[in-house]
Amino acid sequence: MVDLIVFLTLLALGYFFGRLAESRHYRSIIRREKALARIPAIASKIPSPDLHPQQTVLVTGSVVISVDYFKRFLAGLRNLVGGRLKSYESLVDRARREAILRMKDQARIKGASLVFNVKLETSSISQGRRENSIGSVEVLAYGTAFIN
Amino acid sequence: MLLTNLEIVPGQRIVKHLGLVQGSSVRAKHVGRDFMAGLKNIFGGELKGYTELLQESRQEAVDRMQEQARAVGANAVLNIRFSTSSVTAGAAELFAYGTAVVLES
Repeated sequence: MVDLIVFLTLLALGYFFGRLAESRHYRSIIRREKALARIPAIASKIPSPDLHPQQTVLVTGSVVISVDYFKRFLAGLRNLVGGRLKSYESLVDRARREAILRMKDQARIKGASLVFNVKLETSSISQGRRENSIGSVEVLAYGTAFIN
Repeated sequence: MLLTNLEIVPGQRIVKHLGLVQGSSVRAKHVGRDFMAGLKNIFGGELKGYTELLQESRQEAVDRMQEQARAVGANAVLNIRFSTSSVTAGAAELFAYGTAVVLES
């Protein structure tokens, strides 16, 4: 009985705080994406020959984000029947966009006009002990900033 | 020293190719951070302690790579790549590698 109460409390906490955190994060992502839209992040390898940067510098941005208890429970249920894990999709989406934003922010501080050859690297941070408890992802975005 | 993840440097010629250089660092998190992360796993959200930890150790990997490049006499490292792997539970390896070259000055 006590176990059940603890479980339901965790579920409710995860639901409310997780939703709050996610919507707040998305709002901030959208706001900053607009502000940094003037620094494009380009994935191509070879810069066009008419670009003559004064200086190039490696910029990186990384973030570790965790899912909440409710979403993890939902994902556990989803594992039984299979299908899309929407709750995890939004997690990696948030992490990627945040990492790119942090990279662009570093580029902005250094006075760059664009970021070339952007690569994204995702890894899961395991919590140990229990298996399949991948609760958080780390995303690293890196690229070469061109400073004119 | 110039560090970049492009394969060429616009406007500069590569004079000498010195091969692959690499640097890595394995870090474990401490208990305090672990505890906070456990809480965050209920509420969801960014794990700031981990972000910082990984950034620090990535910087260390880059520093080691740079040291190696300096030792072979390079003045630039091109085509840098990062990779992460978890070696054991609770520890992560951050790895950086690239091609050491001498650029025309």
